[in-house]
Amino acid sequence: MVRNPNTLQSEVANYGVFRDLFYAADQKMRPDRFDTWLTVDRKGLYCRPGGFHIDPDGGAKRAVVTHGHSDHARPGHDHVLATAETLAVMRTRLGTAARLGTQTLAYGETLAIGEVSVTLLPAGHVLGSAQVLIEWKGARVVVSGDYKRSADPTCAAFELAPCHLFVTEATFALPVFQHGDANEEVAKLIRSRERFPERAHVVGAYGLGKTQRVIALLRAAGYDRPIYLHDALAEYCALYESFGVRLGELKAATGAPRDELKGEVVLAPPSAIADRWSRRLPDPVTAFASGWMRVRARARQQGVELPLVISDHADWRELVETIAETGAEEVWVTHGREDALLRHIQTTGRRGRALALIGREDEDQ
Amino acid sequence: MKSFAELLDRLAYTPSRNDKLSLLADYFASTPDPDRGYALAALSDGLFFRLPLRRILTELIVPKVDPVLFDLSRDYVGDTAETIALIWPGGAVRGKPPRLAEIVETLQSAHSTKVPALLAGWLDQLDATGRWALLKLMTGALRVGVSARLAKTALAEWSGVPLADIEEIWHCVEPPYSELFAWLSGTGPRPEVGTRATFRPLMLSHQIEDRELQLIESKDFVAEWKWDGIRVQAAHQGGEKRLFSRTGDDISGAFPDVVDSIPEGVVLDGELLVMRDGEVAPFNDLQQRLNRKSVTGAMLKSHPAHIRLYDMLFEAGEDLRPLPFIERRTRLEAWHRAHSPRRTDISGIIDFSSVAELEALWAGARETGIEGLMLKRRDSPYLAGRPKGHWYKWKRAPLTIDAVLMYAQRGSGKRSSYYSDYTFGAWRDGEAGEPELVPVGKSYFGFTDEELRELDRWVRNHTVDSFGPVRQVEPKLVFEVAFDSVHRSNRHKSGVAMRFPRIHRIRWDKPAEEADRLETLAAMIVE
Repeated sequence: MVRNPNTLQSEVANYGVFRDLFYAADQKMRPDRFDTWLTVDRKGLYCRPGGFHIDPDGGAKRAVVTHGHSDHARPGHDHVLATAETLAVMRTRLGTAARLGTQTLAYGETLAIGEVSVTLLPAGHVLGSAQVLIEWKGARVVVSGDYKRSADPTCAAFELAPCHLFVTEATFALPVFQHGDANEEVAKLIRSRERFPERAHVVGAYGLGKTQRVIALLRAAGYDRPIYLHDALAEYCALYESFGVRLGELKAATGAPRDELKGEVVLAPPSAIADRWSRRLPDPVTAFASGWMRVRARARQQGVELPLVISDHADWRELVETIAETGAEEVWVTHGREDALLRHIQTTGRRGRALALIGREDEDQ
Repeated sequence: MKSFAELLDRLAYTPSRNDKLSLLADYFASTPDPDRGYALAALSDGLFFRLPLRRILTELIVPKVDPVLFDLSRDYVGDTAETIALIWPGGAVRGKPPRLAEIVETLQSAHSTKVPALLAGWLDQLDATGRWALLKLMTGALRVGVSARLAKTALAEWSGVPLADIEEIWHCVEPPYSELFAWLSGTGPRPEVGTRATFRPLMLSHQIEDRELQLIESKDFVAEWKWDGIRVQAAHQGGEKRLFSRTGDDISGAFPDVVDSIPEGVVLDGELLVMRDGEVAPFNDLQQRLNRKSVTGAMLKSHPAHIRLYDMLFEAGEDLRPLPFIERRTRLEAWHRAHSPRRTDISGIIDFSSVAELEALWAGARETGIEGLMLKRRDSPYLAGRPKGHWYKWKRAPLTIDAVLMYAQRGSGKRSSYYSDYTFGAWRDGEAGEPELVPVGKSYFGFTDEELRELDRWVRNHTVDSFGPVRQVEPKLVFEVAFDSVHRSNRHKSGVAMRFPRIHRIRWDKPAEEADRLETLAAMIVE
């Protein structure tokens, strides 16, 4: 079963993967040659006939932003186009979403930008997350942003859009990642709470999206006790509620007396669960809600006692099935474990390419 | 299988001993026979399947998964069995997942050519955690941080039956332990020990305190050397010969030399040592022979084992445990003279008239292999566990050096937010003649909770680099490190290894340059 890693690398290199290619601005654009009109420059993915970037690095003239996570929604753009929810997230996190102006585009509405038309479609990743559908001279391109296919009560469900080129994420692109039913993971948390009623259960969860999803899943499982929050999470929860996502009773964990937290569920950013902040909690069981928790070494590395495999990204099967369902003949892979996904794309007879966008490595949640 | 898989999963992630006990007790309480019995067997290392598992798994996975994708996954996950458990195409699950008992019993009776198909069928029916647990079970090594003793302790806590009673019948019961569980849950009789060679729980001692020492008189107590090996029990009853560790693990396989020499009818208590030409070898030599299932001929020659006897529990089927120590001792000596079994001798009694005399004797004792003194009440029966007021140990004052803190690592469990595991070093001359620190040991205890908080703060404020859970700190803080002995080691950069190092004192006051040099430590090596 053990193979020579060099053999493996050369196999991957032969799939027709082109990395770090910069295209001259005067190259003639052809709709059927996607790399002539969708290029990668130092700020990221750029649509030439539309004159905008998608999820660029800071300081772009015009940016279409798929969702509010910090590796996609960066500060300092002149103009930003996004869903109302994403713009609200950007304002919460950055103070302001753009330097000069913002434009809201609702799911399913189409807007002409330069020579192209742009439609935002739900990506199912977090509140407001969108795929970007770009149409130009009959060619349809979908940039997925981050997405998932499984149910999430806190955001609109992924909507499939047939296309010629699909630009996909690949965070969990290894066949070992099969996320399973998030309800079962939350049931595990509830059972553990019953088994250790004297201990707090501190759940590490990314502040935007994962936190609210875990809360919503707990509520759906009939858990109606107050849920305690690390200060860093409260703002996003309030934002979700302002968009009509009901989270039930939430309390601040930071000022709460130690005894009050016995037997309670406390949510905190992953960086806080096994650090000084958590010492205020009574003998906490350390849980972590993340797709990475499927791999034992990852959970152990972080000192997690109760790993909860709850992911806001597509797992291997969702990635593979989505690629097939879009009907795309060409697939670009933006960030994550692109080697494995490109291998799969190649074996199914499609053209594949790794975009290797800067700064998108191994997003942690 | 589902509840067993969940149990293993939780145990693997749970660092605290008490929480592990609670998980185990819950499982024993809520799981029916014979599943819980097979689980107990698996946890206490009592289940072995002789299977070419690696070959079977390769045979199963190759047609299922693209080898390139498998290798990329294996590299990421870091463990072949776990990779297979995760990558196995799920969702095709039909029918009820198999019970643990069904799996174990089928594997015990199945022809090895049938195993791949059986395994594939089970993997189809189980979820990822179930598949992982099944593959763990089949490798025979669960590695979830549960020792046989912890599993027995959980049985004791769950049932309320004393651990010593469970240990006493342990080697007379067999998987799936239905008889044992019936007894523990009060629905069946105590399993019959009969005349078999079974482990009898050991009698242990207390560390003596100064005020107790002053009360010791030679008319009530006898003194013996405490030898630096491992405490064992050797039994030969009903035609069976066994050697048990102090926790009741059967270690006969690693010590055929001493096991063979035990005559029929006795249960003996003693110290297992490596001895050459009548001299006790350093503990390190014994270590070479521990933790092995079997032993090579070369090892038997180069590291000959020996038992130095302390006590006799049974003779010719008679239970001597109720007798006073001094009578048992007389019986032991008479029996030893009559049989003089090879590879054994008797630990001598030390004559003393006063504590002062004993203290002088001990201070002068420089023989290797002496770890301290034992003081035993003349009239004590042989009692399981650690009864108060009967046996005392008086250990040699430890060796110490001043070492400099170099690295601190996050602890686990309750200590996971603290930098609580410390690597410290001694000075030596570097290549250019400048002084450099070389790591000489690592320890995570000896300090109070309050000191831990201070140390944690110090580490965070003096970090110069970090590598995952490890921080490198400025070489400024001195620990007075206590240890039992120091040995040569090829595995460590410093060439030395300490035995049982602990942080004796934190020398906040001492400049790091004044800490000890490696040569000082090297001079303490026991050859």
